Amino acid sequence: MALLLMALAGAICLLFALHIAVGAKPLPLGTVIEALLARDPKAFDHSIIWDLRLPRALIAITVGAALAVSGALMQGVTRNPLADPGLLGLMAGASFAVVMTSLVFGPAMTNWAPWIAALGAFVTALAVYAVAHWTPGGPTPLTLTLTGAVISAFLAALVSIVHLLNEDSFDNLRVWLSGSLSGRSLETLGVTAPPIIVALLLGLALAPRVTALAMGDEVAKGLGIKTGPLKLQLLVVVVVLTSSAVALAGPLGFVGLVIPHVARLLVGSDYRWIVPFSALIGAAFLLGTDTLARIAIPPREISTGIITAMVGAPVFIQLVRMRAR
Amino acid sequence: MTEGQLAAGRTNARLRAASVSAGYAATPILSDVSLSVPDGQLTALIGPNGSGKSTLLKTMARILAPERGSVLLDGKAIHQSRTKDVARSLGLLPQGPVPPEGLTVRELVAQGRFPHQGLLQQWTAEDAAAVGQALATAGVADFADRAVDSLSGGQRQRCWIAMVLAQQTPILLLDEPTTFLDLKVQVDLMEMLADLAHTGGRTLVVVLHDLSLAASYADTLVMLRDGRIVCAGAPHEVFTAERLKAVFDLDARVSWDAETGLPVCLPLAPQAQRRRRTRAA
Repeated sequence: MALLLMALAGAICLLFALHIAVGAKPLPLGTVIEALLARDPKAFDHSIIWDLRLPRALIAITVGAALAVSGALMQGVTRNPLADPGLLGLMAGASFAVVMTSLVFGPAMTNWAPWIAALGAFVTALAVYAVAHWTPGGPTPLTLTLTGAVISAFLAALVSIVHLLNEDSFDNLRVWLSGSLSGRSLETLGVTAPPIIVALLLGLALAPRVTALAMGDEVAKGLGIKTGPLKLQLLVVVVVLTSSAVALAGPLGFVGLVIPHVARLLVGSDYRWIVPFSALIGAAFLLGTDTLARIAIPPREISTGIITAMVGAPVFIQLVRMRAR
Repeated sequence: MTEGQLAAGRTNARLRAASVSAGYAATPILSDVSLSVPDGQLTALIGPNGSGKSTLLKTMARILAPERGSVLLDGKAIHQSRTKDVARSLGLLPQGPVPPEGLTVRELVAQGRFPHQGLLQQWTAEDAAAVGQALATAGVADFADRAVDSLSGGQRQRCWIAMVLAQQTPILLLDEPTTFLDLKVQVDLMEMLADLAHTGGRTLVVVLHDLSLAASYADTLVMLRDGRIVCAGAPHEVFTAERLKAVFDLDARVSWDAETGLPVCLPLAPQAQRRRRTRAA
């Protein structure tokens, strides 16, 4: 376990440096390390690194960790291996909010997309909770999941309608809607990082209880866990992590669903380990795939969300095969 | 101990139900049930399906709140106590728990240490010792690193019991721990549970389906029907054909084996008897 931890930490450092080094103007790793350790304000390469590439690398780490942890907690709390951060309608809510504001106010709203997305995700989560609250039995993981799925489908349909009716005006949104790390500034990260860090720490602290919760409500209660409040705390963590991640990267899929399973393949079924390892693997994975997204077809850039799924799917299948042997 | 003493409620028992009425939403199941659980003994709850035995167990385990009455643990109302404190005195094995896919035996058993850990979740030498002891007592140490869901039904049930044992509570409540297991495995499990009470000095309350097994191992049999305790007492006092008729509406013959001193419940199955007689003739 300790070895794995060190390997992952090493991989993240390496991918981080690599992520910064490659791009339209490739920079030697030595320059990258020099710039990170001692910035020379006059050196042009150092400015590229600090102003353009470093923010994006940090965002990749933050979003990867946030989505992976969010997905792991969702899978634990719902006891559903197919659960992901979008399950409560968060991703659909974010897309819907951004598309609708663009429709009403025009492309000028693009700069505000992160905040509109986060708000849309958050409001949708509240709406899902409210609807589930009115169902007989109240907001259980089952009613929340079903309500989330229904509202997601509904919002996705509305987004599709808008798309079909306004093909041209949504060109600029198309990339964002598939999940992208481009064009986000350090300011966006500055605002979203504190809630993400707090939520990540809370998620790590609650992780051991998630294993007990995954053994069933009665077992967990017998162990002295207040299952109702715990589930609510976990859902709040998921909503904060996902809304913040959506603000930074748009509705980025795959990471939240698959990275927790990769962690499971490596460290077993105890959330005490799944959650921290999901954070690390998610960060490393998104750093890697975003690097690819930036260099795959120069001079253009592929949307990160597309690359995560394209690269991630075969990698995941191979992992499962290795485990099965 | 006589029925009168149990019904009146010996006030020195650590775990007591006092005039408890409980149920789910609009369906009341238990009505005005009082029970003092004898300390250091194995108490079996028996009764037909829907008689309220599981409901009584869940209410005593504080996972179901009573509508009226209260459950007292060491004289304190259990539903008002801090649930983590209760979990250090009272362990619960619910009916048919499902292990998370791939969770190893050791990881499962380690969950039993939750009530003994602080917010920072420090794993202490004491925790490790408790888990090791629980694995050994339940006889699952040999496959501690295998996934629980890869084991047989009997082994799996032992894992869950080990998890509750790791909790190191003086009182254990188990809901149908032997259901769906074959007879030999049931007997082995009951031997282990009886040993926990008689050698380990723990208080056990077990919901059981097999009447002969319950009467053989229990120090006290509690019979429920329609949400009430019909009778409670030592097996030779209450395990009679009349009582089985009254509680289960079952026509059976109860005999005590001369050699072993154990009770045998023989259902008087009319169809089966008729076929045997015609074959014999």
